[in-house]
Amino acid sequence: MHSRARVLTLLAGLLALGLVPLVAALTQQPFYLDLFRRIMIFAIAAVSLDLILGFGGMVSFGHAAYLGIGAYAVAIPAFYGIHSGLVQWPLAMVLSGLAALAIGAVSLRTSGVSFIMITLAFAQMLYYLGISINAWGADDGMRLARRSQFGGVLDLTNGYVFYYVVFGLLLTLLWLGNRLVHARFGVVIRAARSNEPRMRAIGFSTFRYKLAAFGIAGAIGGLAGALLTNQTEYLTPSYMHWTRSGEIMVMVILGGIGTLYGPVLGAVAFLLLEDVLSAWTVHWQVVLGPLLVLVVLYARRGLWGLLPEARRADG
Amino acid sequence: MPTAEPLLAVRGLIKRFGGLVATDGIDLDVAEGETLAVIGPNGAGKTTLIGQLSGDLPPDAGSIRFAGVDVTALPAPARSQRGLARSFQITSIFREFTALDNVALAVQAHAGHSFRFWTPAFTERALREPARATLERVGLGARADVVAGTLAHGEQRQLEIAMALATRPRLLLLDEPVAGMGADESQRMVRLLRELRGRHTIVLVEHDLDVWALADRIAVMVYGRVIACGTPEAIRANAEVRRAYLGEEVPA
Amino acid sequence: MLFLMAAGLTLVFGIMNLVNLAHGSLYMVGAYLATAAVTRTGSFLAAVVFALLGTLAIGMLMEVLALRTLYERDHLDQVLATFGLILFFNEAVAIVWGRAALFTAVPSALSGHIQVLPGIRYPAYRAVIIVVGLLVALLLYVVVTRTRLGMLIRAGASNRTMVGALGVNIRLLYTVVFGFGAALAALGGLMAGPIYTVLPGMGEEILIQVFVVIVIGGIGSIRGALAGAVVVGMVDTLGRAFLRPMLSTVIGPSAADNAGPALASMLIYILMAAVLYFRPQGLFPALRG
Repeated sequence: MHSRARVLTLLAGLLALGLVPLVAALTQQPFYLDLFRRIMIFAIAAVSLDLILGFGGMVSFGHAAYLGIGAYAVAIPAFYGIHSGLVQWPLAMVLSGLAALAIGAVSLRTSGVSFIMITLAFAQMLYYLGISINAWGADDGMRLARRSQFGGVLDLTNGYVFYYVVFGLLLTLLWLGNRLVHARFGVVIRAARSNEPRMRAIGFSTFRYKLAAFGIAGAIGGLAGALLTNQTEYLTPSYMHWTRSGEIMVMVILGGIGTLYGPVLGAVAFLLLEDVLSAWTVHWQVVLGPLLVLVVLYARRGLWGLLPEARRADG
Repeated sequence: MPTAEPLLAVRGLIKRFGGLVATDGIDLDVAEGETLAVIGPNGAGKTTLIGQLSGDLPPDAGSIRFAGVDVTALPAPARSQRGLARSFQITSIFREFTALDNVALAVQAHAGHSFRFWTPAFTERALREPARATLERVGLGARADVVAGTLAHGEQRQLEIAMALATRPRLLLLDEPVAGMGADESQRMVRLLRELRGRHTIVLVEHDLDVWALADRIAVMVYGRVIACGTPEAIRANAEVRRAYLGEEVPA
Repeated sequence: MLFLMAAGLTLVFGIMNLVNLAHGSLYMVGAYLATAAVTRTGSFLAAVVFALLGTLAIGMLMEVLALRTLYERDHLDQVLATFGLILFFNEAVAIVWGRAALFTAVPSALSGHIQVLPGIRYPAYRAVIIVVGLLVALLLYVVVTRTRLGMLIRAGASNRTMVGALGVNIRLLYTVVFGFGAALAALGGLMAGPIYTVLPGMGEEILIQVFVVIVIGGIGSIRGALAGAVVVGMVDTLGRAFLRPMLSTVIGPSAADNAGPALASMLIYILMAAVLYFRPQGLFPALRG
């Protein structure tokens, strides 16, 4: 169970996120709305990656591909006049989930470095595919015709409404994710990470569970992609570029892998840092690079790990 | 050799690693309810044999029949589902989970599928009760809520057995169950094994002499072949065995 | 060209068990240094020397500063840390030389064509690349299998602590091997400069292809790297050449114009997927122990 420090930080953080629109309205700075909405969207992506990376030990370097597919699943129908979010968003999740299953079916036959590189390669493949399709903007991308419509019930063109939709989705994801991680499925995934040969010896066909996890993570990534393209009102294959995958991974690590809530912290930290640093210099990545190296070398447990742990029964 | 259909029948099992032949045409029969000890000097191929029996190593040639079915091509999880359980020579447990969780996992593997996403697994009574019972049986009842990685070595080996037992196996493959244990712990393990005799079919690989005494029959492996197989008394009297063990202790 | 990179990477990975994403960055640095040297001195030879030595130095510095602690860590940490290095190098290069692509010309001595077979002319420069690749392959083979250094490397791969206990300075050994790998990357980079564009991020483009090569060929094996590079190169070239005409007969020329290049670049990935499916350890897996 989590320590008080962690629970309090989590609740405080979520509360703060919930209050951002209020602050934005009071200070007449819609910019905050935009920024934190973007942060939450990436938090969703990061949490979905954490499911397979942190809990499952599957180092997928191609997660951005699923965001891309989700984005395309919204923008392409919009291009052809289909604006209903009720069609686009489930489509985004289904398509990216299927892609994840396909990629996973091949990649999960390997492990370790091969797995990392294979997932990377597949993601790049999709990226190249995206670049070369001229009809949909090729490598310049294209504007989103209109934000997803929800039949008049939810108006995403209203920044506040959109904000709370994303917020709601993030909360739901964290809640469902928490249940999943402790349910039979989650336990299998975590144990497979801990000791896969043992799992097989006691009778678990681990492949199917890992594949399912992979698919689920991909589907949620697709949802994040659908949100992203709504946020930016733009579609570009660069959403799928492997450096994007790297960034999401950084968020997970920075926040604390395998903690479910850590990646939210990671997304906040990373994007805020990006915001601050890039105002300073356009070459901010020069600082980010070594910073990342240092974090990996010396602060492995991430931000969440810095908070004191609950005491456990010890031998 | 037993006359009823053996629970485990191995024929001509061969496994090569590059130029080395680890198991060289093994034939074995294990009857239901019997305890077979596989002994032999280091490098004789015992662990390779266990690996092929459990499904972790695909043999290059030969066949394995378990409970009347040819399982040679079946992967390890499928064999476990059919009632073949194994424990590892080098302790292989889930270190971050508690002892109870470890065993509950083994129970879970055989309690329907695990595509369940909602209910916390370790609160399921159908998993916890059998797990706790199994831990009691091996003598770890009091240590159920201890993180497995912090258990003493001997306790971890007991946990290994518990996990194998929790899968309700017909056949137990035990790879050096008392490996690395001190005298007290070994005695405890031997007592446990004695209790398991007869209720489960056991194939165990072991160097320890006290364990040999538990066996109904002993198979002696040298350089990948079974050079003798029979009752402990017959083995003791066997000249070839004495030769193979020259320089090592021979059961008195 | 792919071979050079693949060999360097597989050497570092197979022997030191280190995933180095920044290998592509070394390639890029090599290209930039070479280009800088050429524009200043006008001499290709000087550029070669400068690029090789410079990258070697940078590579060894990288090893000493950042990579030492990574040998013990698991692959995820290595991936992330070297990813950080990539970010750093890409920006650093952009700071010094700007983001626009640099142009560097093929050295005049090699810019002609040569007759490979009667009637078939091949660009001399590319021929030289192939020759260099083969020479390096030969050199590597000789060093790894015949020399004492090679033996030490292989021994260190199997059992690092043991070799250290025997009195060999394993740290120095690893630094040397890494330097080797860096030099190979630099060689690839400086030769690539004239044909491909020199810009920040060029390392990653080729890095992914290199990993595909290694996966197809088999990780840790130099022979595999060679085979993989050849296979990938061929599939890529043939694919690009033939796919579009083939497709246009089926789905019409304008659609083929769209889909052709896309499918062509996807081909090697599909190939990799197929290899993984049927033979996960690659075509020529390294024999260990």
